[in-house]
Amino acid sequence: MEAYLDNAATTRVSEAASETALKIMREDYGNPSSKHIKGFEAEQYIKKSAEIIANTLKCQPKEIIFTSGGTESNNMALCGAALAMKRSGNKIISSCFEHASVYSPLISLKDFDFNVEFAPVDEMGHIKLDELLNMIDDQTTLVSIMYVNNEVGAVQNIAEISKAVKAKKSDIVFHVDAIQAYGKYRINPKKEGIDLLSVSGHKIHAPKGSGFLYADEKIKLRPLIYGGGQQKNRRSGTENVPAIAGLGEAAREAYEDFDQKIDHIYSLKKHFAERINEVQGTHLNAIPKTVNGNSCDLDINATAPHIVSVSFDKIKAEVLLHALEEKGVYVSSGSACSSNHPGISSTLQAIGVKKELLDSTLRFSFSRYTTMDEIDYCIDVLKELVPIYSKYTRK
Amino acid sequence: MKYKAFLIKYAEIGIKGKNRYVFEDALCDRVAEKLAKVADGFEVVREQGRLKVNCPDVYDYDEAIEQMKKVFGVYEICPAYVIEDASWDSLTKGVGEYVGERYRNTPHTFKVEARRSDKSYPITSPQICADMGEYILNNFSEFKVNVHNPEILLYVEIRNYAYVYSDKVKGLGGMPVGANGHAMLLLSGGIDSPVAGYMVSKRGVTIDAVYFHAPPYTSERAKQKVVDLARLISVYTGPIRLHVVNFTDIQLAIIDKCPRDELTIIMRRYMMRIAEHFAYEKKCQALITGESIGQVASQTPQSLIATNAVCTLPVYRPLIAFDKQDIVDIAEKINTYETSIQPYEDCCTIFVAKHPVTKPYLNIIERSEKKLTGTIEALVEKAINETEIIEVSE
Repeated sequence: MEAYLDNAATTRVSEAASETALKIMREDYGNPSSKHIKGFEAEQYIKKSAEIIANTLKCQPKEIIFTSGGTESNNMALCGAALAMKRSGNKIISSCFEHASVYSPLISLKDFDFNVEFAPVDEMGHIKLDELLNMIDDQTTLVSIMYVNNEVGAVQNIAEISKAVKAKKSDIVFHVDAIQAYGKYRINPKKEGIDLLSVSGHKIHAPKGSGFLYADEKIKLRPLIYGGGQQKNRRSGTENVPAIAGLGEAAREAYEDFDQKIDHIYSLKKHFAERINEVQGTHLNAIPKTVNGNSCDLDINATAPHIVSVSFDKIKAEVLLHALEEKGVYVSSGSACSSNHPGISSTLQAIGVKKELLDSTLRFSFSRYTTMDEIDYCIDVLKELVPIYSKYTRK
Repeated sequence: MKYKAFLIKYAEIGIKGKNRYVFEDALCDRVAEKLAKVADGFEVVREQGRLKVNCPDVYDYDEAIEQMKKVFGVYEICPAYVIEDASWDSLTKGVGEYVGERYRNTPHTFKVEARRSDKSYPITSPQICADMGEYILNNFSEFKVNVHNPEILLYVEIRNYAYVYSDKVKGLGGMPVGANGHAMLLLSGGIDSPVAGYMVSKRGVTIDAVYFHAPPYTSERAKQKVVDLARLISVYTGPIRLHVVNFTDIQLAIIDKCPRDELTIIMRRYMMRIAEHFAYEKKCQALITGESIGQVASQTPQSLIATNAVCTLPVYRPLIAFDKQDIVDIAEKINTYETSIQPYEDCCTIFVAKHPVTKPYLNIIERSEKKLTGTIEALVEKAINETEIIEVSE
């Protein structure tokens, strides 16, 4: 049996999305900038995708800029907005457990005289709002906060943070990295005070190389990529029509029967969290507990539906990962994007995971395609493997 | 400039006695294999103490030189201008064309070196030098003679046709692969072992390799890294049969039964035994390791006694007296360094003790190893039987 439990790294492309993309590659392959009918047809796919996505966010289609994925969206939002507002100020605030595609562009902005500060989080992965607010000064132009943390699944109360930030300084541009949140939450940027929102396609069953940035029409962005002036000069380069159309399909599917889909993923997580206790020496990370009289329940619904972070006593994450792989169970240590770089996850450190467990933590992540049988199989395999592999350690 | 031929000079092959043809044939084959990647129609022939390459009409010169520079045994490559008709008028005309095109009116000092292997040629070598020098002085006003320290040594060679050449490209030296037996390299993912394989291969030795992997403690990427390293050195060594041995159960048995601080030494003894098994199977005359005195705990003189003791074949350790930086320099030159430093854990490091023994006594190691008797034999046999062989070539 196989259990692909690495859906926070990437997902299987849905049938509708892949069929649309394939049809465009083989039949409707025109360049959307071409003046003839082939170009017009291609352009229609982009328009349609923008409309579908705008509909999911209750925004205007013109506020959607298609990109090559989450990393580009984050770069475009942060560098684009920071540079466009440089005259108004040079301070940017983010949190200490952002994804590298937010963290790295911010660090690179330091070379352009920007001052970047990172607000701390508590052990549930929630931003310490008071400390964030204290960092805001009259030079602050941009605040960037991730909606769902990619390693532990912690969820921020974005509307509350945005409201507090803007109450302190009303002209701050508020960016949200929603790469793990879009398709899992109903997001309404206008109501939640989000000015910029990054989304990746391949996390929601669209092809890799697809993604978008929602940018409120009032926000000025300096482009990262110059050229033929596509997408209203905001992002030059011939649009990746197959990926964009696939993304549109995937977005439509994600919000179709939304509650049912999310309930299914939550039920997987709940089952997993209950059964993980059957495996010796395991610790669930960043799931809040609620006390009901004498019993103590996990408040699964306060975390993202699709991500579970588990630390294992006395096992190196990578060893267990490869042992699971031999049984057909695919998971991640840290986040897949940073798995190639040895080193300790800054997210896990930020939420205060014990030092000896930092290198012993795996992420299990689900999608709507994941079945209860896969969860059971994974737990059964863990019950078999963990006693074996915790026996042999480095001394 | 269109060169119709290359002259390839070799160094040490020249001193071999009656076996010389073995070395020359191997060199011909290795050069021809490399040039076949550049274009069809290269012809490599033996010619009086060197090789001559006849070139096809169309080929990429730079690529041909690059390929020949990767053949062990090539000492020098001289791109030669061929003059079909060696009669004096035709010869001077040809040399004039070569000098004109090669040096394009830039001033130089020069000297002519002539050789006449065709002794029936009517002019003697010293006379050819003098007359050709005069011809060049008359026709190229920017050229001056300097017989002691010329910038250009212009070689003119007369057979039943003539060559002229003045450029020499240094080759790698060494001896052609296939001329000196066969050895089994213990290839890890590190910096040293690929360099060791390269160096022994440079002496004309054909190489196969053994890699020990320990899933799930080592990943598929760690294994791929070793395949990549084998492929990188195969550019020089020729095709390598890479034996991938699953070492996990043997390693865990050692952890279960033996003192942890002796783990690495005992592991290495089993690696040597298994490598030797494949060495005999492939009719090798030696093992090769990248060991270097004192580099790590398992490479102290005392540790080397302990690992060496299980082998009956000679173990070639070309890096034994090299400093790390010198090894790194070679690794960079042969393009393995960047691959070697990819951070995937290998089976030697994953369970390493904090304080491994550095001066093991052979009798103590052997006594510890006795505790494995009864379990290890089957595990070794299984590892050997289930070994995957990957044919690696560039």
